[in-house]
Amino acid sequence: MLGLEKKDLRLLLIVIGLTMLAPFILNPFPEGSEMAQFNAGYPDLMQRFVIFGIFAIGFNILFGLTGYLSFGHAAFLGVGSYAAVWMFKLLSMNVLPAIILSVIIAGLFSLLIGFISLRRSGIYFSILTLAFAQMSFALAYSVLTPITGGETGLQLALDDPRIFGAAQTATGNIPVPALFGLEMRASYELALGNWLFTFNAGYYLAALFLILSFYLAIRIFRSPFGMMLRAIKSNQTRMSYTGLNSRPYTLAAFVISGMYAGLAGGLMASMDPLAGAERMQWTASGEVVLMTILGGAGTLIGPVLGAGMIKYFENIFSKINDTILHGWFAFLPDGLENFVVAIIHPFIGKGWHLTLGLVFMLVVIFLPGGLVQGGQKIAAMFRRKQPEDAKSKATEPAE
Amino acid sequence: MGILEVKGINKRFGGLQALGDVNLSVAENTTHAIIGPNGAGKSTLLNVLVGKLIPDSGSVMFDGQSVLGRKPHEINQMGISRVFQTPEIFGDLSVFENVMIPCFAKRDGAFRMHAIESIFAEKDIQQQADEILSDVNMLEKKDMTASSLSRGDKRRLEMAMCLVQDPKLLLLDEPTAGMARADTENTINLLKEIREQRGITMAIIEHDMNVVFSLAERITVLAQGMPLVEDTPDNIKGHPKVREAYLGEAQV
Repeated sequence: MLGLEKKDLRLLLIVIGLTMLAPFILNPFPEGSEMAQFNAGYPDLMQRFVIFGIFAIGFNILFGLTGYLSFGHAAFLGVGSYAAVWMFKLLSMNVLPAIILSVIIAGLFSLLIGFISLRRSGIYFSILTLAFAQMSFALAYSVLTPITGGETGLQLALDDPRIFGAAQTATGNIPVPALFGLEMRASYELALGNWLFTFNAGYYLAALFLILSFYLAIRIFRSPFGMMLRAIKSNQTRMSYTGLNSRPYTLAAFVISGMYAGLAGGLMASMDPLAGAERMQWTASGEVVLMTILGGAGTLIGPVLGAGMIKYFENIFSKINDTILHGWFAFLPDGLENFVVAIIHPFIGKGWHLTLGLVFMLVVIFLPGGLVQGGQKIAAMFRRKQPEDAKSKATEPAE
Repeated sequence: MGILEVKGINKRFGGLQALGDVNLSVAENTTHAIIGPNGAGKSTLLNVLVGKLIPDSGSVMFDGQSVLGRKPHEINQMGISRVFQTPEIFGDLSVFENVMIPCFAKRDGAFRMHAIESIFAEKDIQQQADEILSDVNMLEKKDMTASSLSRGDKRRLEMAMCLVQDPKLLLLDEPTAGMARADTENTINLLKEIREQRGITMAIIEHDMNVVFSLAERITVLAQGMPLVEDTPDNIKGHPKVREAYLGEAQV
């Protein structure tokens, strides 16, 4: 079905299920309970999960398949955001043309940067992309202030032309991004007992794009093109002595992943119509590298998991503070309670980076294949308990 | 007029004359060996033929076209395949994928953006890959990761990857280097089979005289970057100049 093998179709269905049911899955704890702070099912965070998921899926097409490690992919995300906001300023508040333009502009921009950077490979390629991204950041931050808004970022204003839409609403406010009238911030809340689930229009739009991106990524992974990209990672010498020109292959992969980043940037601007230069900074480029490696570079679902995990840490783990810790360890004797809290203190709140760093180290050392490899190991453990099952798996045709 | 005509090739590396006025003519449908003591310029010559090195002067014509200035992948597309001293294969890919890639390269050229089509739908390519794998007796290993193969199997796989492209000229760089006696015999037999069944022109660079004399129909001897003699194996065996070149090396 859909031109996919059984295994891939199952993976796609899992992703569809997870994204569509995310408001339930991410809100497992009832409102007002002590654990409610671990609920991640609010629109803002859910949007970030899927948008960074798209970003990481695209990055993985370049890094996971060809092994070319780009340290400048945030530049394409930033360019996508600026393009989308300009569409909101000039054209209308409809998100569709904004997102389309983000993808096109990011694609053209990555064609230019990729064409130059791909003249080198290995560490030199990484440094070139990093240099380009930092140049883009510098341009956006100061030189190109009339286009990018400089330090304050690019924002909508009441006197924007918006030739196909209203410059301002009837009440004199700036209109909000919408898809043919459906506002991105529109939410429907469902209360079930003590639980409160939020269904947000913007989230579902982004989730649809994630599913589409994921489906495309599967097709690319299973195509002859995807096989060539893996061949480039494996042995470039054999590649050229087999009559294949690796340059256009890597450039195509670079542009595709740049367009994914542009899509993520466009969606980001659609959820919250402003764009700032900090989105292009090298730390943002590094983040997507972490997401991909944490989840499992070269695997299909890994980058999505990695993106989810990092965003969860950033937004949820960072909110745990000492008061909450004291609450948890109140059952301990006073001195011990303070001691335990003091030990854990550096790893929570603003120290979430420290915890993430530890998790990242553990994953890289013990699970070089990322979280996906961890999942496979657990699955293999279960399979060993059922040798019958394993046998029937092994006899399946290995395609 | 041979399929490969090398005329007056010169190549200097700094003060070293790696190749001096080398001529070589490989006739179609023969096995041509290039031998010589260490440092004779054999590998330099090979690298010129595949486009890795550009000579200072001279001409290399293949099948009526000049190969000079072309990139390795372009030269491969003209019909020259190369087997390396240590097998160059796609180690992270499966054996089956390893042979599918040259099939795609032959059908689609140096680049084609087939990003949405599925590999599993390419029945012709799969059939070709299956055929060549059964020809080299590796069909039962098709799902193995190529890097996990034994050295001998890696060599066979590399050979299969070259053969599936149906090259007009197969260049072999010391195909038996570092092999045990039995493996060497197997490789000789495999090459003989290829020669007889497919009629592919071969140029072999080799150290092992046993291999050379069991395969070659013509032999070019290089010494210190210069072509010494070119003749049939029988005449080369007793040739005084050749003895001198090899014995001279042995005495140093």
